[in-house]
Amino acid sequence: MNMFRRVFQLRNSFGNVISVCKSCPSHQYSKCLSKYSTASTERKRFYQDVSISQGDDGLYEINLDRRKLKTPGGKLFTVPNEALAIAVATEWDAQRGTLKFYTMHLTTLCNTALDNPTQRNKEQMINSALKFLETDTICYRVEDPPGLVDLQKNEWDPVLHWIENRYNVTIGSSSSILGPEIPQATKETFRQHLNSYSLWSLTGLEFVISQLKSILLSLGMVDRYLTVEQAVLLSRLEEEYQISHWGNVEWAHDYDMYELRARTAAGALFIQLSSENLTVKHKIMQD
Amino acid sequence: MAGLASPLRVCRGILKELRAMQGPSYKRSLAYSYVMDQFRKNKVTGERYCRAQQEALHASHTYLCLLASTRSHQALHNLYHAKGECSTEEAAGLVGLRLPTQPGGKGWEK
Repeated sequence: MNMFRRVFQLRNSFGNVISVCKSCPSHQYSKCLSKYSTASTERKRFYQDVSISQGDDGLYEINLDRRKLKTPGGKLFTVPNEALAIAVATEWDAQRGTLKFYTMHLTTLCNTALDNPTQRNKEQMINSALKFLETDTICYRVEDPPGLVDLQKNEWDPVLHWIENRYNVTIGSSSSILGPEIPQATKETFRQHLNSYSLWSLTGLEFVISQLKSILLSLGMVDRYLTVEQAVLLSRLEEEYQISHWGNVEWAHDYDMYELRARTAAGALFIQLSSENLTVKHKIMQD
Repeated sequence: MAGLASPLRVCRGILKELRAMQGPSYKRSLAYSYVMDQFRKNKVTGERYCRAQQEALHASHTYLCLLASTRSHQALHNLYHAKGECSTEEAAGLVGLRLPTQPGGKGWEK
């Protein structure tokens, strides 16, 4: 049998760099197993059971039948807590027929956090998050139509004030093309707050911010002031206004909304699970 | 902000989603046991406003949203965007035409 060796790097639809494994010269008959192949070839579900196991270092791994799941970068797929592991396992278990990676949002987030393909560090992530503040969705107001102006005032102002109170900052909204003037003290407060997040939580937060196009809505959701549905609604406020005026198109509006909800929910869950310390205090019953 | 749905509704919703995802054997899945465990653990609390309970409720609400919206998104995708290209017969049929046939076969065919 002819032995062949191909080493090439592909960009999948998520923009992550995947490496295809090199065929081992020691094997007579070798097949390249690429778990995250391109869109042209569809991977079928090749496993029956999905289970989780805990390694020696306390990190949880996912097992597809006998094989351990690996990231696209080739590292072993590990998560710090059981809840996240179970959620990822459920994603893999939900695949029917072909593997649809665009539905496995938590897996994608874990892969990004583990591989860090763009080599970002905490400071870069915090800087890019703070850059969103100047053109934050809920600070950027329109001047007409008046219905939309009122809607923005009624829906976005409460969130703005809540954030301002919670973090003790001033932000303000503006309808000029330049956006609001954010004082430096505000940025410093947020920078300090974001510094307390771990790298994993920041990965999730960056994802959520890029989906909702707003750092303030993301923080409101992470701080449990907003639910995912509320945050998505506020992010799409102008679209919802136009839908109420002109009608809903299911294959575009609903499709986008559900996708946005799914991604935002995955991001929010990822942040929460990456940053929680689970301790249960039991009260001792006193007779 | 607005009050979250009650824990019972969220729990039922998650179980419905798991059943839709995994079929009748959903009770044996990892997610089922973990979710039921968490709901039972957080049911009883001495505090009037227990932060852990609220956090768990928010987390469960988020997970329900995740499951429900991925399923809806997938359903809409299959309904509207999954067909791909149609064959030449189907494309001709869209405007009521049929493909031409040549009884003797085309020149280069045997």
